Amino acid sequence: MSVYTSVEKAIDGINDGATLLVGGFGPVGTPCGLIQALKDKGVKDLTVISNNCGEEGFGLGILLRNRQIKKVICSYLGGHPEFERQYLAKEVEVELVPQGTIAERVRAGGAGIPAFYTRAGAGTIIAEGRETRMFNGKEYLLETGLRAEFALVKAYKGDRLGNLIYRRTGMNFNPMMAAAGITTIAEVEELVEIGDLVPEQVHTPSIYVQRIIEFRKTDTGKL
Amino acid sequence: MAWTRDQIAERASHEIEDGFYVNLGIGIPTMVTKYLPSGKQVVFQSENGLLGMGPPAKEGEEDIDLVNAGKQYTTMAPGAALFSSAESFAMIRGGHIDLAILGAMEVAANGDLANFMIPGVMVKGMGGAMDLVYGAKRIVVVMDHTNKHGDTKVLNRCSLPLTGQGVVSRIITDRAVMDITDEGLLLVELAPGYSAQDIQSCTEPTLIIPAHLQ
Repeated sequence: MSVYTSVEKAIDGINDGATLLVGGFGPVGTPCGLIQALKDKGVKDLTVISNNCGEEGFGLGILLRNRQIKKVICSYLGGHPEFERQYLAKEVEVELVPQGTIAERVRAGGAGIPAFYTRAGAGTIIAEGRETRMFNGKEYLLETGLRAEFALVKAYKGDRLGNLIYRRTGMNFNPMMAAAGITTIAEVEELVEIGDLVPEQVHTPSIYVQRIIEFRKTDTGKL
Repeated sequence: MAWTRDQIAERASHEIEDGFYVNLGIGIPTMVTKYLPSGKQVVFQSENGLLGMGPPAKEGEEDIDLVNAGKQYTTMAPGAALFSSAESFAMIRGGHIDLAILGAMEVAANGDLANFMIPGVMVKGMGGAMDLVYGAKRIVVVMDHTNKHGDTKVLNRCSLPLTGQGVVSRIITDRAVMDITDEGLLLVELAPGYSAQDIQSCTEPTLIIPAHLQ
């Protein structure tokens, strides 16, 4: 576990062509400081696994506009005009995955489960050419667990050991992504000492977090 | 006269029963919270990780960490609970949601639903809809009866990529309420000023019209 004070150093090792799990749903729970550092570093050809790839000019939307993303695995592009434009113009590769399936694939990846079956997507274009199986007379799709070299997550509070607490709907995909990253980098609004968090309130236990950095909310706020 | 968006939402609110856990899609479905039936205990689920969603946040009172599934700032009702996206979809897939009210681009008489893309033209993505349509106990669709070109959205078979097969139970449009039944598409209610024949003329499947609506 390493505590960082510079976002540039915290993203060390993320190079061109890297695959990243990135937490966040709309404007909430997004590691904006780490994303800004990736923009400044200028890494290219990134593959990003993230529910909606940020918003116009916000979060991952910044990297998208800056043409640093090659492929996105996501569930939703609506309300993000630049993303939709790049997709329709075939400037970015998109793999559309149902939202619950993304959440469960990442959860499974971090939990050592190689694959599972779900109803979501059965009988639709996302099932074409895929392995399916009937259970109780209904068709289910085989989905594989997802991991990545790096996970970028955002939490409300974190301690120097890497325990994390999220706030409100800022939790979203962050806990599963933290567990599924080979190297998980947590951006927290407030970094506290070991022992300062109430153990029962910890959402992400420290074992899943390799790097942590404090990045104040006033630097990331969208309102 | 056709029902307005608010009137569609108000009509959809009648689908909610006491004690229900309800998920609302983006657009008209979100407006259903404005017509919460009084005297009924209802808990709204927002699939980004909130059970017990309250009304939209008032301007100036937004909590930067609290949004609904449409990414609008929202509030929490007393008794709310917060959780991860994995937990959220476990409750959806696991059949714990009583009712989901969703928008649609097309619905077919066999209950097929299309609501996430027009190939080559527009793509929103399915978001949580593909999980919801198979996971929630009942799916009600709210939409305009025709698209902006005046073509019907109620079809024998969907032409757009499907969100789910045979998933819709009831369709509420600006002109009528219809149920998907084993026998076919059943006309249930008419908006003021519309006759059964008016609805048939803008609906591709042959409607089953009960005597009281003839």
